[in-house]
Amino acid sequence: MSHPSARPVPQPPPPATPRPADSRFAAALAGPRRKQAYFTPARIGIYLFLVTAAMFFLVPLYVMLVTSVKPMAEIRLGNIFAPPMAPTLAPWHNAWQAACTGLECEGIRGGFWNSVKITVPSVALSIALGAVNGYALSFWRPRGANALFAVLMIGAFIPGQVMLYPLVRALAAVELYSSLPGIVLVHIVFGMPMMTLLFRNYYASLPQELFKAARIDGGGFWRIFFELMLPMSTPVIVVAMIMQVTNIWNDFLLGLVFAGSDNLPMTVQLNNIINTTTGERLYNVNMAATILTSLVPLALYFFSGRWFVRGIANGAVKG
Amino acid sequence: MVAAPRKRVRAASLSAWIALVPMVATALGAYVLTILWTARVSVSSSRIFPSGDFVGLGQYERLFRNARWLLSLENLAIYGLLFIAACMVLGFLLAVFIDQKVAGEGVLRTVFLYPYAMSFVATGLVWQWILNPELGIQQVARHLGFGDFTFDWIVQQDKVLFTIVIATVWQASGLVMALLLSGLRGIDEELWKAARIDGIPKWRVYLSIVLPMLWPSLSTAFILLFVLVVKLFDAVVAMTQGGPGTASEVPAKFIMDYLFGRANIGLASAASMVLLLTVLAIVAPLYYARHKAMQRGVK
Repeated sequence: MSHPSARPVPQPPPPATPRPADSRFAAALAGPRRKQAYFTPARIGIYLFLVTAAMFFLVPLYVMLVTSVKPMAEIRLGNIFAPPMAPTLAPWHNAWQAACTGLECEGIRGGFWNSVKITVPSVALSIALGAVNGYALSFWRPRGANALFAVLMIGAFIPGQVMLYPLVRALAAVELYSSLPGIVLVHIVFGMPMMTLLFRNYYASLPQELFKAARIDGGGFWRIFFELMLPMSTPVIVVAMIMQVTNIWNDFLLGLVFAGSDNLPMTVQLNNIINTTTGERLYNVNMAATILTSLVPLALYFFSGRWFVRGIANGAVKG
Repeated sequence: MVAAPRKRVRAASLSAWIALVPMVATALGAYVLTILWTARVSVSSSRIFPSGDFVGLGQYERLFRNARWLLSLENLAIYGLLFIAACMVLGFLLAVFIDQKVAGEGVLRTVFLYPYAMSFVATGLVWQWILNPELGIQQVARHLGFGDFTFDWIVQQDKVLFTIVIATVWQASGLVMALLLSGLRGIDEELWKAARIDGIPKWRVYLSIVLPMLWPSLSTAFILLFVLVVKLFDAVVAMTQGGPGTASEVPAKFIMDYLFGRANIGLASAASMVLLLTVLAIVAPLYYARHKAMQRGVK
């Protein structure tokens, strides 16, 4: 560190835009210096570490998949890592439409549709509100609004338990407790800090001149929003969607407290399937139900992995 | 172009305020009012229904005489330290190793991050199953000929907490990796060239120069993990239901039980307030420092 050239510590650019891995690869493969770096003990060590770590991360997925297609007779043999000898889809069938989620024994499909009914409006509305909030805060800057935004941001750190009971009472007072609109409203409330932050940061990165020009042309609040800002918001909307779908689909606590028995989301039903089973535990059915419950966020993640990573880095690092 | 007359400015900011009504309602109604309400109830004698009397800090005194609460606080402290330390170390190592221009980076990133897409309920259930002494790893090892191999932490009162650490670290360390990796990618190549010229070993550069430079990403990761620690509930319910006995009780579960199971909302509110104050005491200085650091960094 004595060398002066080690000093110019540059400030990192916004971390949301990592250097494209592909060009790094191309450069690495083209350069002769890179080539000799392969197959040294250090490289072998690197791969050894990464592969070992990857196995730790993949084991549960493997166990889940394998167990979900085994008949119970095979499971009783007691080797969770053994590949299935007689694969069967019966546990999946059972999990979907026959497993008992409490008193009812109609499988987890009801919970799936409940989760859809909760997630779709919650995601759509919380993104819409987040976009309007972010737009108003970063371009119109009404006086005093930033103080309220700060309150909202502190709210993001509050343990949900502090707000739970008063919210139950408030929703009960307006007869929304244990109802679909009630749980949607709760998700919007809990999602608002992150959504507002995300959109505020995105709009803050757009040039102010654009907005000023639109103002001079006589654009009003809503017109500028719908005709100018919203069409430019696709990247951040995708990120927001991934974050909110994952959060809301995976929620357990809020669904448990606010949804009411007719609207219990899949996560709550899954927990019921596993913890209320009397007699022999049907591990294969349980695992099939677990995979089914995780399917939507996992699919979203696998099909939009790049956006997912960006969304996490984006939504979390800035602010 | 005519300079915007006063009236127009006022009308515009009026529509901005109208657009912000949901945010104002949420900030004041859902966050401020609920906290005030909880604070008020925590100094009353409320049981099933909130009552308006004032009993001072009686609920807090009872709370801190409650063995289960003390245990759940202790559990949270131990769990939090282990969970955050493990996630940070593992996440940092994964990020550093992935950053060595390895083949298959995209696949590895996917593998390390996919658990984060799963719910804590699913995570808890899968790990409960893998750690189950009769069917999981212990049994597999015994079948392989290690006759008295024992790995039954999940049913041991003094070890059960570690199993929750394992499961949740599995779930969340990919997130730390993603954050730190994007931080690493922001560091200038020049730094590495300079270090190479000086003959500084790579690991020293990482420890002494890169790690301090990752401060914004590290503090973000810390805050996110810290919030997960405080909210720890789903995974415990799915994995151990607080057992064996009360060995894996955590404050969030304690509060839920007293709110809805034991109908003692006064005590539960006092517990919520303790939790809230703890969170603010730890997060606020850190958040402030990070905010300052980022302001200096960006501008």
